[in-house]
Amino acid sequence: MINYVIKRCLLAIPTLLAISMIGFFIIQLPEGDFLDRKIQELEEMYGDSSSIARIDELRARYGLDQPVWRQYVNWISGFVVGDFGESFEYEQEVNQLIWDRLAFTVLIALGALLFTYAVAIPIGIYSATHQYRLSDNVLSFISFIGMSMPGFLLALALLVFVFEIYRIPLFGLFSSEYEGAPWTWDKLVDFLKHLWIPVIVVGINGTAGLMRIMRGNLLDVLGQPFVQTARAKGLKESVVVIKHAARIAINPLITILGMSLPNILSGATIAAIVLGLPTVGPLLLRALVAEDIYLAGTLLMMFSLLLIIGNILADIALAWADPRIRYD
Amino acid sequence: MTTTTVDQAEAVLDSGYLSYRTLIWRRFRKNRMGIAAAVILALFYFVAIFAGFFSPYGHNDIRIQVRYLPPQDLHFDWSEGIYVYGLTSTQNPVTLELEYETDQTQRYPVRFLSRDGSGNFRLIHSEGPMYLFGTDRMGRDLLSRIFHGARVSLTVGIIGVFLSLILGSVLGTLSGYFGGWIDHALQRVVEILASFPPIPLWMALGAALPAGWTSIETYLGITIILSIISWGGLAREVRGKVLVFREQDYTTAARSAGAGHWYIISRHLLPGCYSHIIVVATLAIPGMILGETALSFLGLGIRPPMTSWGVLLEEAQRVTVLLNHPWLLFPAAPVLVVVIAFNFLGDALRDAADPYS
Repeated sequence: MINYVIKRCLLAIPTLLAISMIGFFIIQLPEGDFLDRKIQELEEMYGDSSSIARIDELRARYGLDQPVWRQYVNWISGFVVGDFGESFEYEQEVNQLIWDRLAFTVLIALGALLFTYAVAIPIGIYSATHQYRLSDNVLSFISFIGMSMPGFLLALALLVFVFEIYRIPLFGLFSSEYEGAPWTWDKLVDFLKHLWIPVIVVGINGTAGLMRIMRGNLLDVLGQPFVQTARAKGLKESVVVIKHAARIAINPLITILGMSLPNILSGATIAAIVLGLPTVGPLLLRALVAEDIYLAGTLLMMFSLLLIIGNILADIALAWADPRIRYD
Repeated sequence: MTTTTVDQAEAVLDSGYLSYRTLIWRRFRKNRMGIAAAVILALFYFVAIFAGFFSPYGHNDIRIQVRYLPPQDLHFDWSEGIYVYGLTSTQNPVTLELEYETDQTQRYPVRFLSRDGSGNFRLIHSEGPMYLFGTDRMGRDLLSRIFHGARVSLTVGIIGVFLSLILGSVLGTLSGYFGGWIDHALQRVVEILASFPPIPLWMALGAALPAGWTSIETYLGITIILSIISWGGLAREVRGKVLVFREQDYTTAARSAGAGHWYIISRHLLPGCYSHIIVVATLAIPGMILGETALSFLGLGIRPPMTSWGVLLEEAQRVTVLLNHPWLLFPAAPVLVVVIAFNFLGDALRDAADPYS
């Protein structure tokens, strides 16, 4: 098992290297660089750009005068030791900018996963045990709509809806009085009050899809002989369904855990932009638009890193949950 | 006992006379949701093609005196037919926004199938403020903009899927048929693509589209961006199918009869994948439509004067604007309906694609 994990981690290294190259290349694609854009902005606003004096000096300091491959090598060699370079836009180390936001992103993603599984599995079981009844059909229809609902539209709709009813704007992750305040019990409560909206918004697509899969899996398993045996032994139906059938039907869902991560991170990105959350999404958008290359590159890498770690964890979880799987 | 076998034999014979396509159609026809979805989609495309005819106003006509006008009602009485009331507007001294009041003394008739002031033939039109879905910050009619936006939003998915279909099936077939290092290389590429979360990658690519591009170039750029990610999954599925068909007896027979690679691929391998490819493609379209909507919504997609549902929703992005003018959320409705319809259609096609089961 440990060997397997180590092997997976080692295999991830070339993938990450390739991802970093592709990501950095894409970020470099727009014409000009950050300083060109800044100068243009200043000229549009004030008519002159003399406030950025010594452009060449700045360019040299940011390493923008060097060829792209050189910039990449500088950045990636720093990346390995945890130095992600400097953000031009925020005039800060990337390191100082991202960790809080990454933590909130991971928190929302985990919350969404939890929500997805906690809602989808019971409903899937209910749907499968009531196949083709009215309640099953209604749930199926709702799940189809849920699968089709883009998170950011749901976020917009929720914003309007909550505002119309409670007259409070559900924006950000904290109420204004707790913004930037140190963590206290009240702040935590306030935070949790805000957290449910992004969690539902991000989780809704996955929940609907997962529910369909759980229903299908359980229907397959319920037709198998060992379930009949369990029934023949005189076990209660609830024990048959939950302990014998659902136990097996859940396994494929753990594999899907890894595959659903890209969508969850995607959903979290755009929902965060709509809801004004202090997560990675809005930062990435700004960094991309401003050609803040080291910040944007680092964020793209972090996304991919999260995905890869998530996949490895999902595989470990599968091995733990399903004793039939051996990795030796 | 004997009668059933005869019946079964006849049934087999009967179905033998039906082509594969007929069988699929017969099965698809039974799925009511699938049919309903197909009809709804056909309607949407019809409206998109004749957007100019269905729109009550020009989609880029700016009327600053009716900016942010809420949706207006149609009225009816027997003597005048359908009409709309005129408006008087006052500027709120605090917010500087225009506030409207209906002026019941003014009545503008609503005309059907007539030419408007600039000579465009329209299904429904009025000289008065007949803004059924309200207007945006420049006083443009939202309904007309939704009709015109449909052109971009509905085609971006089709063209994007077409591109990824070509890439995916060509590369998937090569990968599955030849195996070896081609297969290895392609599988690694697909894996790396799958290691990016789609929206952040789309955002990076969208931001890379040159600012100097015209809106039509941007449109094509967006379709290419959308297909860059989705071909990978398709290639993998086609590869899986080809790996199976490659080992079939009919392929071996063709090879021993001296058939070339191209002949085997085009006559024996690809046709087996068609139904599968169509299903996967249909189910990929909604993702692309949502991708375009998301990109345009973030301001990284379609650029004005071209418009799409995402571009329209971009105006609803700022919460303060949205809370004061909730009708700006209307373009979300067609997005939802189309995406749901494509999902139902794809699902129905998937059930129908395997008529022998």
